[in-house]
Amino acid sequence: MTIPTERPSWAPGSDGYYGEFGGSFTPEVLHETLAELRGAFDEAWRDPEFWNSYVSMMASYAGRPTPVTYCENLTRRFGGARIYVKREDLNHTGAHKANNVMGQGLLVQRMGKKRVIAETGAGQHGVATATMAARLGLECTIYMGEEDIARQHPNVFWMKQLGAEVVAVTEGTRTLKDAVNACLRDWAESMDDTHYVLGTACGPHPFPQMVTYFQSIIGQEARVQMQALTGGLPNRVYACVGGGSNASGIFAGFLDDPEVELIGVEAGGKGIETGQHASRLAGGQGRPGIAQGYKTVFLQNDEGVMQDTYSVAAGLDYIGIGPLLADLHQRGRARFESVTDAEVVAALRLTIQNEGIIPALESSHAFAAAFREASSLSSDQTILINQSGRGDKDIFTVADALDDDDWKSFIRRKSAEYGE
Amino acid sequence: MSDTTSLSAHLGARLEKKPLLLMTHLVVGYPSLDANWAMLEAMDAAGVDVVELQMPFSEPIADGPSFVKANHEAIQAGTSWQDYFDLAARASAAFGFELLFMGYYNSVYAMGAERFCARLAEAGMKGFIVPDLPPEEAAELNAAARTHGLDPVLIMTPTNTQERLAELGRHASGFVYCAARKGVTGRQTDLSEGVAAFLERCREATSVPLGLGFGIRTAEDVRGLRGMADLAIIGTAGLDAWVAGGPEGYRQFLESLVAETL
Repeated sequence: MTIPTERPSWAPGSDGYYGEFGGSFTPEVLHETLAELRGAFDEAWRDPEFWNSYVSMMASYAGRPTPVTYCENLTRRFGGARIYVKREDLNHTGAHKANNVMGQGLLVQRMGKKRVIAETGAGQHGVATATMAARLGLECTIYMGEEDIARQHPNVFWMKQLGAEVVAVTEGTRTLKDAVNACLRDWAESMDDTHYVLGTACGPHPFPQMVTYFQSIIGQEARVQMQALTGGLPNRVYACVGGGSNASGIFAGFLDDPEVELIGVEAGGKGIETGQHASRLAGGQGRPGIAQGYKTVFLQNDEGVMQDTYSVAAGLDYIGIGPLLADLHQRGRARFESVTDAEVVAALRLTIQNEGIIPALESSHAFAAAFREASSLSSDQTILINQSGRGDKDIFTVADALDDDDWKSFIRRKSAEYGE
Repeated sequence: MSDTTSLSAHLGARLEKKPLLLMTHLVVGYPSLDANWAMLEAMDAAGVDVVELQMPFSEPIADGPSFVKANHEAIQAGTSWQDYFDLAARASAAFGFELLFMGYYNSVYAMGAERFCARLAEAGMKGFIVPDLPPEEAAELNAAARTHGLDPVLIMTPTNTQERLAELGRHASGFVYCAARKGVTGRQTDLSEGVAAFLERCREATSVPLGLGFGIRTAEDVRGLRGMADLAIIGTAGLDAWVAGGPEGYRQFLESLVAETL
């Protein structure tokens, strides 16, 4: 594993900009806190021992390196490129989120802070943060939109069992973007002893850089594994994109390989034309703007008011996108596609039934786009899909998406039992 | 080219007549544009000196729960830039106080710096407060502001180092908004806790007038600022007074505050 102390191609300029995106736009009260964080992170990433301690903890606690699986049945079915999957679902807590939170946890220990706060949409980042806090002995508060709490209650159950306080955000649209704002507000009062574990590669500098640094472990591993398995690099790499941390992480391993095409897959929801989606880059509906501490492409109206977003996958239901990805899009280094909820559910079924692998609904977006394109490639070409998380832990959401009658009658029976 | 120190000059002239000025706030479109007009009439009748008109935004990260709700509901009600500037232009023609824009940078960015400043100036406004725009990102907007005689109002906070306060001081014009404590708007602030020392630090960093806001809620709080600050800033407490007491309660509340500035 290479220690990313040299300036990698995914690092921003010194002012936190990736091309024209990124930067730091926060209330003045956070100025010194962000300066402190930038200082601590700069010091940590120049210290080889820090990366080594991170890799070592991920190996002993989180199950890294995660494998790359060849999907022979799906490959045969599509009759084109050979399909490989990077298995971030096999991380402890079931998603790539563990990479980022454990890394930030180590940084919190270095900084001597005692409490962490985080926002969560689908709940996976909240569960990962609560797990890290339990492991490292930190106090933990998780902000979650009331709407998301309603649709992701099993994750709320686990966060509470792990000792976290879960705060329901009742403001605005009561989803992820409101939880982000609530978290920033908490931080503006509590920064002396509290670190905000931002869950994705968004927000003010240095968060996009720091999250990509920890998630780059995915791409670094995957590059070596693909060479070992296939004797070369993949022709295409697919990753779903909400905020973009799993995509930034796997893309980081291949940015210096221009022959590898990078494809980010956004939530097409009910169809771009319906307005109910979260596609900022694919479809061209997003526009540059500045909110939540950084400049990127947002879904917003002509007057700069953010639009409501929609996806069957709560983790992709976000108005902005990581500034690294916005820049890769602008420079033409990455291509962005969107897939609809219906395509996602079909891809999920196919993957379960043909390979015995259960991707999260978020990850199923990457599978759906890859399936759409696999047969147009030849059998001597390879594609790599990043499975950012596992679907079985989101059983309520997945069961809803699959619309399974047996499951519904089970829930009715269970509910009747509780009612007695 | 207009007088670039217009806001400071206006505040200075008022400060010659009384020891402390009062700035109040409203979110345009909340609870309604008609209610906004009634609020402005009450402010003018009471003798308020400066008014912040907040353009509602979907991600108001520096605001507390009352204003977050107000922003959200104003947007739901369809409040637009046109509504905003109509209200501002009518108010600046009708009333004696100075008007400032308050809002978030994405609203400004979406309109463009030059057009934003031109429209503010046309509506008779004197400056703007954009809490999520740090001075190092504000060069283009500040240049446009100078051409239109507008003052960008910066915020200083107790968490700032003296070095940062000095940096903010170098960019300051109009007045400086000193945030009395950490956090967002809307919570009570204990003015005995280090506020005087903080204002001293701000005073070292700039010669423009100092306003103090965040958690100033009562006439007693305003009285406590005499001799410490030049401008008392009331935000959330005004909104709360309107919600609790209606137009009459609101008018009495403002009068009780202004009485402490005379």
